[in-house]
Amino acid sequence: MKSIEQCIQTIKAYSGPSIRLMEVCGTHTHSIFEHGIHDLLSPQISLISGPGCPVCVTPANYIDRAAEMALREGWTLCTFGDMMRVPGEQGSLLEAKARGGDVRIQYSPMDVLGWAEAEPNRTFVIAAVGFETTLPVYALLMEHLLDHGLKNVRLLTSLKAILPALHWICESDPAIDGFLGPGHVSAILGSAAYEPLCKKHHIPLAVAGFSFEQIVLAIHDLLMQVQADTCEAHNLYTNVISQEGNLRALQLVDKYFVHQTSNWRGLGEIEASGYVLKPEFECFDAGSQFVVNETPERNGCLCGQVIIGRISPADCPNFGTICTPASPQGPCMVSMEGTCGIWYANQA
Amino acid sequence: MCVAVSGKLIEKDENNGRVNIRGNVITVELGIVDAEVDDYVLVHAGCAIAKVSQSDSEELDELLREIGQ
Amino acid sequence: MKINAAHGGGGKLMNRLIHDIFEKHFANETLSAMEDAAVLNLPAGKIAFTTDSFVVTPLFFPSGDIGKLAVCGTVNDLLMRGAIPKYLTAGFILEDGLDTETLEQVAASMKQAADEAGVQIVAGDTKVIDGKGGLYINTAGIGLVETSLNVSVHRAEAGDVVLLSGFLGNHHASIQSGRLGIENKIQSDCAPLNDMVLGLLKAGVEVHTLRDITRGGLASVLNEIAEGSGVCIGLDGGLILADAEVQGFCDILGLDPLYMGNEGKLVAMVPERDAQKALSVLHNARYGENAQRIGKVSACEKPIVTIRTRAGGTRRIDTLQGEGLPRIC
Repeated sequence: MKSIEQCIQTIKAYSGPSIRLMEVCGTHTHSIFEHGIHDLLSPQISLISGPGCPVCVTPANYIDRAAEMALREGWTLCTFGDMMRVPGEQGSLLEAKARGGDVRIQYSPMDVLGWAEAEPNRTFVIAAVGFETTLPVYALLMEHLLDHGLKNVRLLTSLKAILPALHWICESDPAIDGFLGPGHVSAILGSAAYEPLCKKHHIPLAVAGFSFEQIVLAIHDLLMQVQADTCEAHNLYTNVISQEGNLRALQLVDKYFVHQTSNWRGLGEIEASGYVLKPEFECFDAGSQFVVNETPERNGCLCGQVIIGRISPADCPNFGTICTPASPQGPCMVSMEGTCGIWYANQA
Repeated sequence: MCVAVSGKLIEKDENNGRVNIRGNVITVELGIVDAEVDDYVLVHAGCAIAKVSQSDSEELDELLREIGQ
Repeated sequence: MKINAAHGGGGKLMNRLIHDIFEKHFANETLSAMEDAAVLNLPAGKIAFTTDSFVVTPLFFPSGDIGKLAVCGTVNDLLMRGAIPKYLTAGFILEDGLDTETLEQVAASMKQAADEAGVQIVAGDTKVIDGKGGLYINTAGIGLVETSLNVSVHRAEAGDVVLLSGFLGNHHASIQSGRLGIENKIQSDCAPLNDMVLGLLKAGVEVHTLRDITRGGLASVLNEIAEGSGVCIGLDGGLILADAEVQGFCDILGLDPLYMGNEGKLVAMVPERDAQKALSVLHNARYGENAQRIGKVSACEKPIVTIRTRAGGTRRIDTLQGEGLPRIC
């Protein structure tokens, strides 16, 4: 049996060809900095951040559309806290609130049920962003809306599928040697869902938890796989993640949502990479399909390059100059899981 | 991508349950997880999304044993 | 009875309000004289003078209320300069629709806090505006600076030890829990810190810097001190900064105790040779039972606050950006 210290030694001592590992999930980037994992890596191993920050990949125009709805008479925009400061083309939701928009922060989309029942003449729009972790929560919400006969709730969706994005990354940048698989998305998808990706692109993936030890073990696993040239999807978060995932959640998602080509902020369109409400539930949609981002990012924002690991935040000329947490030019600097925001906060 | 936390299910009815996370009790949707009272569940955005089968330290011991083999 | 515009009119109704609520509860000779200004007999020497305004909602929360906050907040600001708090003023802005019973409860709470803090509320003002029953309070305070020490944000020195008076996040968590329907026993830590601060001074501890840890949390306060004194502050690894219940609350919402607001906690910078004595004073003082040493100050070129990580390196701790809102990712 190997100890954690021995695994750390192995990682530190690695002196083979350089290896680039992508941590897909923004929460992993956050945990990696919190635990100081970079200090454990041999110079031959680098960790690069991925696109797993739902707020970061939501198109700028989406924010504008949400802000506009908040400013409508008799409408309320309901959102998670992390969306509040993300800049759209025309400002953020926080700024919309200051201009008189009705923006309410929810801990859970289910909070909206009570609000909608209490004010039947008000229209509540939920800024429905997220990956597969949150998707089933919106599906459950749909069940409740239909059960309760509530007609005054709409979803403005920017729901993303992680697997098409990972395929897209592998196709555009073959210089990634392994993936640190997202922890909580995998609770829904299951670890086996990554097998086709691993096989097609000959790349290993290790689903990781968020503690110091769990991340160390996942990096260790990837290092072993790279050295053995295997390309398997391993589960290193076994107390939460199963091979098959949460089948009930997947069925529920399937009942209400369908895949569609989706626009990723900074990356452009990726086929079948988003979820929208099925046509029969159109009356619960707030016009999600009409929100597309075709305008280039302002001020030469390079978030799109950062979230697929092509450049690090430090490589971006705006980083720390015109783009700081106090004056973010793009979503990566604002979101708590945004790569640039995390780099800025954690590095001297 | 996702803030989630594990806690113990202390009460449940048909759709909802109450989960205790170190002394904080929240109401949680149980619609996508088959959990019984005393089970540990992972909670995200007010919804239980998975059952937690063992503690982090038990999982760690098991994984380390596997590496050694 | 509901407050209405007449209560701010300067006439009989307002006089009755002042007499029945404020004078009754704040009960001191200076106030009862009902002059336009309080004239105080103060010893020669330095006076500390500060003000703060309080707009918290809800007005009442576990173990506290806006009145208690208004007294303790200003008292603590005076203490953070090493001053002995003596006198406060209290200005009230009442929205019509506010219950006089609520106002009376707040006034009684202010008196209780004032007694604990050893201060008198010697002057006040009341205004009534349109609204929906809200209440806002401003307090200003005077304290006597009897110590020869200049306790200041600019006085932290390389070699100083950083002491934290207790666990973080209780106030913020107690207020947010109510708003979000999270059931727990978390109480606000709102309290006057006289015992701790005056204890340190009396014991002859050479206190360089004191700051109370309010909005923005410990991280923001340490960054202010680093900037203000031109030093680096390094926090130890493996620190337990919040009790288990508050940590659980943080885990649910994706919050960090380093950035959460408190109303009864301070950080102190003292020389290494006084650290043990200072810690002992804090432990024996009211509200200081969980005081701990959390780091050290060092000289450096660019002020920065860092913390030791699990991996044995360090990472930076920045000032809070924006508000601490519930997160999804």
